[in-house]
Amino acid sequence: MLNINKTKEADKMTVALEGRLDTTTAPELEASLKEDLDGVAQLVIDIEKLEYISSAGLRVLLAAQKTMNKQGSMVVAHPNEVISEIFEVTGFCDILTIE
Amino acid sequence: MKSIKLDATIENLTEVLLFIDKQLMSENVGIRTKMAIDVAVEELYVNIARYAYAPNVGEAEIIVDVQDNPKACEITFIDSGIPYDPLKKEDPDVNLPAEERQIGGLGIFMVKKSMDDMRYEYKDNKNILTIRKVL
Repeated sequence: MLNINKTKEADKMTVALEGRLDTTTAPELEASLKEDLDGVAQLVIDIEKLEYISSAGLRVLLAAQKTMNKQGSMVVAHPNEVISEIFEVTGFCDILTIE
Repeated sequence: MKSIKLDATIENLTEVLLFIDKQLMSENVGIRTKMAIDVAVEELYVNIARYAYAPNVGEAEIIVDVQDNPKACEITFIDSGIPYDPLKKEDPDVNLPAEERQIGGLGIFMVKKSMDDMRYEYKDNKNILTIRKVL
């Protein structure tokens, strides 16, 4: 289960995620981002309520980062301790801007 | 020791994770350990679902063995698909910038990093992969 809550203000979009970002839910986020990233210069992915992430989820974050590198900036906000550890082990803490 | 046999499909991932969580429920497993186990199970199971029998569907068996002294759990994945040893997969370079990062191999790398042991054998036309995590 993954809830995706998008809010847009001018060229800034915040995407709040809640639940699990895994093999079954990652395609939902990928499609949802693809739909709305046009014209976005600031993307904030708020994962305060995200409980779980697997490599399928990391893959979507990496793709979003690559897109945003071309058109603006991206921040991944409020990861919990366990997810922070996963970002560290996988080197994603150096690729993503984590706040 | 408990086991589950099912069609190795992506749709069945949730059922596999529920089965694993049920076996560990009474063991007082910390959230960090539980997530590491879930990630490992997802990566290994999804590999079977995607590649072992492609383009067909085949069966996967998953066995959970919770041990005492030291407290640990061993999870074994068995399939009769094409021989595949994930331990032979080269680790990705986790120091590359986003533009050069390839996502392939990241799942297995996460499993290797988070489990205490991982072993593979091919026997009687079956892939048998076991991971071990101290609880």
